[in-house]
Amino acid sequence: MQATEARAPAATRELFYNEALNEALRLEMERDQRVIVIGEDIAEHGGAFQVTAGLLDRFGPTRIRQTPISEIGIVGAAVGAALTGLRPVVELMYVDFAGLAMDQIVNQAAQNRFMFGGQARVPMVLRTQGGSGRGNAAQHSKSLEAWFAHVAGLKLVMPSTPADAKGLLASSIRDDDPVIFLEHKLLYRTKGAVPEGEHLVPLGKAEVKREGRDLTIVTWSREVLFALDASAQLASDGIEAEVVDVRTLVPLDKDLILASVRKTHRVLVVHEAIRRGGYGAEVAAMITEEAFDDLDAPPRRLAGLETPIPYAQHLEKSVVPQVDDIVRVAKELVV
Amino acid sequence: MTTAEKIDRKTALDLYRVMRTIRSFEERSMQLFGENKIWGTIHSYAGEEAIAAGVCANLRDDDWITSTHRGHGHCIAKGADLGRMFAELLGRETGYCRGRGGSMHIADTAKGNLGANGIVGGGIPIATGAALTAKQLGTDQVAVSFFGDGAANQGTFHESLNLAAIWKLPAVYVCENNQYAESLPVKRAFAVDDIAKRADGYGMPGVHVDGRDVRAVYAAAGEAVARARTGRGPTLVVADSYRHEGHYYGDPRKYQSKEEIDGWRRQFDPLADARTWILADRLASDADLDTVDQNIATEIDRAVAWAEEAPLASPIKLPDDVYASH
Ligand SMILES: Cc1ncc(C[n+]2csc(CCOP(=O)(O)OP(=O)(O)O)c2C)c(N)n1
Ligand SMILES: [Mg+2]
Repeated sequence: MQATEARAPAATRELFYNEALNEALRLEMERDQRVIVIGEDIAEHGGAFQVTAGLLDRFGPTRIRQTPISEIGIVGAAVGAALTGLRPVVELMYVDFAGLAMDQIVNQAAQNRFMFGGQARVPMVLRTQGGSGRGNAAQHSKSLEAWFAHVAGLKLVMPSTPADAKGLLASSIRDDDPVIFLEHKLLYRTKGAVPEGEHLVPLGKAEVKREGRDLTIVTWSREVLFALDASAQLASDGIEAEVVDVRTLVPLDKDLILASVRKTHRVLVVHEAIRRGGYGAEVAAMITEEAFDDLDAPPRRLAGLETPIPYAQHLEKSVVPQVDDIVRVAKELVV
Repeated sequence: MTTAEKIDRKTALDLYRVMRTIRSFEERSMQLFGENKIWGTIHSYAGEEAIAAGVCANLRDDDWITSTHRGHGHCIAKGADLGRMFAELLGRETGYCRGRGGSMHIADTAKGNLGANGIVGGGIPIATGAALTAKQLGTDQVAVSFFGDGAANQGTFHESLNLAAIWKLPAVYVCENNQYAESLPVKRAFAVDDIAKRADGYGMPGVHVDGRDVRAVYAAAGEAVARARTGRGPTLVVADSYRHEGHYYGDPRKYQSKEEIDGWRRQFDPLADARTWILADRLASDADLDTVDQNIATEIDRAVAWAEEAPLASPIKLPDDVYASH
């Protein structure tokens, strides 16, 4: 913790999102022998999105543990290892495969501590990635954060920038509860300034990624980048949007979201996941309950259509919010 | 190992034609992918043609199969229309799934192909369910599940084989052992030396066959399908092969040496082998086989042209496509 307490502004350099994650894994594995990584194709291949590239050479096959295709076995082994003294980081190649592991995630990892009266802790991280945009079709493109948000006992993290990816992954690994860490497949090759050395972003803290006075856009993961692009377009029309990046959906930083809404009086919640039962409904309801009198208009939601993700490129785009959609709905909300 | 049996000219030419069609289809798909006309990802079946061809030659149109992410070969062997397959890869309205599915999700239910699958092991229980239908309704249909070595380590494999065995279902489980699950070699994924041995643990026959030799596959699958059709229960068939290409188009193949790839490609080429034994057994001449090759090349050209002429898939009312009834 010394490095953060020293408060000297850390030197940064530009890294890709997947490189930032890789660095967090490496630093945490160097720091703590109990941290191991388990998953499919994470060894020589370096993971489907190159997040574990080079780690096999650095830490060897006992700490970079490549597995057969056995999702429920892998996640369950991580639960057992976490209960008994290791700090496993599981890589699940696609969030869509969580379906195979859901019992171990929900009935075991999430509930163990509570069910057994606080005797145990389950310090594991389940890293995976979701989202559309690569033509991978219905079984490899979903945004499933609402599934996990609905389970008591899981924390839920969805970073949008390389720096947040690094800082939140490090914090997740050090956290004593099971953390679901959701990356987005189209963020891996985005770049940004990332602090060198130890860098921790606390769980439960949202961040204002752009300040504005006319409306608040609350969003997470890849849609943060879309919201920032949309805000630039809105600014040229004289509308100043504030963009709040939720970063951790559980625990949710209500204070920061409410403070922003109390300033702008209008709110648009944007996410890629389908609208029905989406986490945006939770955020909008929370705002309505807690800041109803501060609102000049009902909260709006902009989210995916209620369909599986189609394959063809033009179809795929048509079912998830794009930059233009955000601009359009923001304008409707402000006038 | 089941040994190869002599087969007649017609069967030999049919098997050769299906294998050549699959190989040519994969070659053209790779080309289209390289030209950025295909989106997403494709997994080539080149090198494994003998398995789909040999198994499906024993099936009727009303028998079912479930397929995998590497599914083009199964689809073709079960009688699919090449134009509609290309149209799907190209995101056209005339594609098998109207551009919704793409390479990893082609289904052709009219021909009994219940679909490719992006979830490793996802099709094994579904074939089991199809076999249950046949048994329940008293038909003599058979369900075949194709899946990889990697899928054999999923829970769905174990649970399905047990169900099929206790219910004595008309199912055939075809494990395509192409030596790798993505980057993981079979040697590191199994402590057992022969996957077919697992059948014992479920109480069904386990057959290990040389997946290079379409005659051997045809014979082994023939027995398994006959067993299933006559109410004697399921079989596990494990066919050894090698995928010529990377796991997906663009795979850097860091987990394989160049010597291995070049050597094994030559050693495991069911199509080249078929040509050799067809000629040696005097079932057809070089000229006959060249004619087959040329006809298929023309057919592929026509299919691609037909697909490219079709309109892009319509995005209108996608949510209306989700449920069968409104
Ligand atoms: C449940 C699930 N886990 C992981 C994957 C990612 N994946 C796709 S194909 C594949 C390897 C499959 O190996 P195998 O079953 O041997 O089939 P092959 O690709 O060799 O034909 C993996 C790990 C997936 N699609 N589904
Ligand atoms: Mg394989």
